[in-house]
Amino acid sequence: MKATVVVMPKASVLDPQGVAVKNAVHSLGLAAVESIRVGKVMEIELSGPLDAAGEKQLHTICHELLSNPVIEDYRLEISAS
Amino acid sequence: MKFAVIRFPGSNCDQDCQRSIDALPGASAEYVWHKETSLAGYDAMVLPGGFSYGDYLRCGAIARFSPIMPAVRAAAAEGKLVIGICNGFQILCEAGLLPGALVRNEKLHFVCRDTWLRVETAETPFTNRCAAGDILKIPVAHGEGRYTADTETLAELNANGQVVLRYTEANGQVSPAANPNGSMENIAGVCNAARNVFGLMPHPDRATEQRLGSEDGRVIFESMLNLSYVA
Repeated sequence: MKATVVVMPKASVLDPQGVAVKNAVHSLGLAAVESIRVGKVMEIELSGPLDAAGEKQLHTICHELLSNPVIEDYRLEISAS
Repeated sequence: MKFAVIRFPGSNCDQDCQRSIDALPGASAEYVWHKETSLAGYDAMVLPGGFSYGDYLRCGAIARFSPIMPAVRAAAAEGKLVIGICNGFQILCEAGLLPGALVRNEKLHFVCRDTWLRVETAETPFTNRCAAGDILKIPVAHGEGRYTADTETLAELNANGQVVLRYTEANGQVSPAANPNGSMENIAGVCNAARNVFGLMPHPDRATEQRLGSEDGRVIFESMLNLSYVA
């Protein structure tokens, strides 16, 4: 089992890193790129399936450690492979 | 007055803080390793600057779960003074002891220079020896110091006088040029609603002697020693 956590800056928070990357993309000539936001992906290996309590705990961990809800949103996906 | 300077792995301004405090009459500072779990006997806690846990994940995000942090939280709840400087400010925000968050500087550069700070309120245990409107020259040194909070939080901070310091020009004028990191409303330091927890990105610990370029930072520690001040 695998869990994937995607952490992205909230839409309301300025992401200067994303702007810098977008500007670099423009300098490579791809004007169609309108915006880029840079976040993080965390890949988590699990020893087995999580029960409801385990999944809830993982959400708590996402909320308290893996992301900062003041500035970021997270998405948690749990999959078999 | 006994200060605890809490050392996390990667703290690097612990000695600056201890030296600043020990130089003041009636004050002494001891180091407390982050693996400790008690702060009994200390009147004030200092979370110094540095790069705790290599700034992994987010600045302060891992230090926030250090074994000493429940004691810091308890001390704050008891009304003891807690000051977080630079990385210490980031840790206090991550721990939810202060509102908002510190994110990557707007221009992406690490900024290390003197800043001018306007004291927005003297009604805190950390600025009671200043007057509102005083200008302090204190350096910053950080890559992630852009103060960010949602609109409601900002309104609340302003309404309650919790914005303690703002970056300004030398004449006290708030301007984009005076803002080293793109902080919302030029905010350099905030306190909690109870006013006993304070965080700031500039380093008062690096501005306590004239030969360091400024001694304006000393007033922050001197204010903390003013036991006659009642919040």
